[in-house]
Amino acid sequence: MSLNGNGQHPTIDVTLHVWRQAPGHEGKMVTYVEEARGISPDMSFLEMLDIVNERLIAKGEEPIAFEHDCREGICGSCGMMINGQAHGPQKGTATCQLHMRKFSDGDEIFVEPWRARAFPVLRDLIVDRQAFDRIMEAGGYITAPTGAAPDGNLIPIPKEAADAAMDAAACIGCGACVAACPNSAAQLFTAAKLQHLNLLPQGQAERYRRTQAMVDTMEQYFGSCTMHGECQEACPKEISVDFIAYMNRDYVKAQFKNRKLAGQTAP
Amino acid sequence: MIGELDSQVPDGPLEERWTRHRFDMKLVAPHNRRRFEVIIVGSGLAGASAAATLGEQGYNVKVFTYHDSPRRAHSIAAQGGINAAKNYKGDGDSVFRLFYDTIKGGDFRSRESNVYRLAEESVNIIDQAVAQGVPFAREYGGLLDNRSFGGAQVSRTFYARGQTGQQLLLGAYQQMMHQVALGTVKLHTRSEMLDLVVKDGVTCGVVVRDMVTGAVTSHSAHAVLLCTGGYGNVFYLSTNAKYSNATAIWRAHRRGALFGNPCFTQIHPTCIPASDEFQSKLTLMSESLRNDGRIWVPLDRDDTRSPDMIPDSARDYFLERKYPSFGNLVPRDVASRNAKSVVDEGRGVGPLRNGVYLDFGEAIGRVGEDTIRERYGNLFDMYERITDENPYQVPMRIYPAVHYTMGGLWVDYHLMSNVPGLFVLGEANFSDHGANRLGASALMQGLADGYFVIPYTLANYLAGLLGERTVPTDDPAFDHAETSVGDTVARLLSINGTRSVDHFHRELGKIMWENCGMARNRAGLEKAMTEIPALREEFWKDVRVLGGGALNQSLEKATRVADFFELGELMVRDALHREESAGGHFREESQTDEGEALRDDDRFAYVAAWEWNGKGTEPTMHPEPLEFENVKLTQRSYK
Repeated sequence: MSLNGNGQHPTIDVTLHVWRQAPGHEGKMVTYVEEARGISPDMSFLEMLDIVNERLIAKGEEPIAFEHDCREGICGSCGMMINGQAHGPQKGTATCQLHMRKFSDGDEIFVEPWRARAFPVLRDLIVDRQAFDRIMEAGGYITAPTGAAPDGNLIPIPKEAADAAMDAAACIGCGACVAACPNSAAQLFTAAKLQHLNLLPQGQAERYRRTQAMVDTMEQYFGSCTMHGECQEACPKEISVDFIAYMNRDYVKAQFKNRKLAGQTAP
Repeated sequence: MIGELDSQVPDGPLEERWTRHRFDMKLVAPHNRRRFEVIIVGSGLAGASAAATLGEQGYNVKVFTYHDSPRRAHSIAAQGGINAAKNYKGDGDSVFRLFYDTIKGGDFRSRESNVYRLAEESVNIIDQAVAQGVPFAREYGGLLDNRSFGGAQVSRTFYARGQTGQQLLLGAYQQMMHQVALGTVKLHTRSEMLDLVVKDGVTCGVVVRDMVTGAVTSHSAHAVLLCTGGYGNVFYLSTNAKYSNATAIWRAHRRGALFGNPCFTQIHPTCIPASDEFQSKLTLMSESLRNDGRIWVPLDRDDTRSPDMIPDSARDYFLERKYPSFGNLVPRDVASRNAKSVVDEGRGVGPLRNGVYLDFGEAIGRVGEDTIRERYGNLFDMYERITDENPYQVPMRIYPAVHYTMGGLWVDYHLMSNVPGLFVLGEANFSDHGANRLGASALMQGLADGYFVIPYTLANYLAGLLGERTVPTDDPAFDHAETSVGDTVARLLSINGTRSVDHFHRELGKIMWENCGMARNRAGLEKAMTEIPALREEFWKDVRVLGGGALNQSLEKATRVADFFELGELMVRDALHREESAGGHFREESQTDEGEALRDDDRFAYVAAWEWNGKGTEPTMHPEPLEFENVKLTQRSYK
């Protein structure tokens, strides 16, 4: 432990082990000791990486690539495995809002990208999460062309339904649920997106079509859920696995409903 | 050369202008729409809503975003809410009142016709969002809830917890993804627009860099819509997301699009102060906190006791002292400037003495901790997560930060720039907020532009192009732009200097904040006019961008910071020329005896639209006079 420039704040020294991987190459863990000294506990985890990067650039080494944007826990860009935990040790907190005061002087910190077949590594800690957009494309919407909407107060929505939908809709699409899952399943993401719409009166018309389409698409990319519940623990928005149960119920129903609907529309 | 600016504002009574004009504009028949190619850059509220709507109508739309998913655009971070003149509370709201509040809040520096249209369309936005499944807050009876916000005297703000921007963006994104599935919208993620292509004075496409492979490609279209947000990151520290940048609008400016009122920036008073020099961004705390928190600093600058040890008699509640009737609830710009002046006097608090206290002690004593927790619990938690201080026990520390830019590319009533075929929507244009934006109005404008304005005005433009093909991408105009993009990238990679991009960005931010921030004066602005070019020159000699063309975040930053240098200089130039105070633009030379912003309507009741004349050449300013027929210009007072 040492004091920073103005002698006020004690700083900490940590040892970083970071996954480095150039496009088209094999990756490996690289250790940084000098670069991660004198870290203020008031820094966010990403600001600590900023400093490490500044020091790497000064030495003529390429900086660590990591995804980030809003740095206030809402855009869902950031995300890395920190000591084996998605988004690190603080519950309900995305990497950008994790602060270095959660670590101690002398700590070794292992930083890796999300690990899932559906999320290939692009460089270092950056992965490709487009599979989430494919799930959304498949049915994650209510068909409501601009201009056709009735007055917003025409459909009363019980407060409980609106609140439950909002609980699900709080998902930031970061992918921590997939990274934390031993099966790399995307059930929590898909269920959150699905139940946000399925819980609302406006979402009923397409409910079963949506359910089947999103779940079937999810299964093309991701592993199967065996209800470990790791996703809920890792979720920076603390979205409940209850939504997965709702999704499974709707999916079973969809098998019958969609068949029946098809039968009704057949000649 | 650019002649007189034509704002294309229709005639007639204010209330009927937009309705009548929609009838007067030309249409494109459904079967002809598929013959038109439209490019949209940016996928925030403005971009996603425009893409969804134009896709539904049958146009061929291409969307480019530098994010890995369109859902990450910075609209997602808006907290408070969205205004709409629904008058669901029956408390006296109306389209005219929303119009009036917006134009007055903007300190009379915006167009009446645009602002009225915005207020009119506000009600349709709520309906559209509800239909999409946006989970707005509800009353127990199932009807939509509202709250008052940003000093308005009516409750017109719709909200979804503290995540209104997120929910509205997801609504627009989902509607757009439906069109992606249907094939009307082609989505290009991790693709950054690096140039606008103009041929014979008409927009014909864009040049884009694939951020994963580094490949530079051309895309042609009948029209280009820039929906790329604001430029607050020119200050380095701001509440904007780290990737937010001005490159798309700046490259368009360099290709001929005028830049309107670049100096109009908004400083938000309630942000968490920087904790050290490596701070990467500033976090906003909702301004609703000022409803219960009291703002103060010690009377004596040498008083370094902890806040609970400082008795009331040794505290200076400076807003309550100076503005007895509005107290802590003065508008954003007034609160910000006063915080700056006490910190400048050396009376700032906190380890770096760079904040003021926002104290809930009295409110907790009055209504109890539980009530305060109910009102602000999530904000208090966020504050504690960042600062490790418990605001129930010790006062919060706050300081103003750059939040929003009212300036942007100049557009006419159709949201078209002076370059035919180039449209600009949302925060990227200059149009609706004048010199200051009211709370909960940014979401409103982005969505009004995308859902309800551009579908009409774009059709009016495209109708004249029926049967015309797009310019092929092997045209010399595209070759030229691609070469210029390639040269810039190659040059940045080859400098191999000694300083990182962030170093230069931080230094630029310091110059901008010091001289073109909350308060501006001639001496400071003139100093900045020499410092910025000097730093820019150093940047181009000494920046170190390591790595190659493929997925290189330093390179991405470098292209953006290079543009911030040029834009920063224009902002300073604009601030220097506007020898009045208006909204967020406070010139120290122009204030009332009481130290309030003093407008000069005789000399400056116009939009300053700047024309790029090439590197090293002074830009030309084209004034667009503002006419006020429906509101009376008044001096604001909050005593």
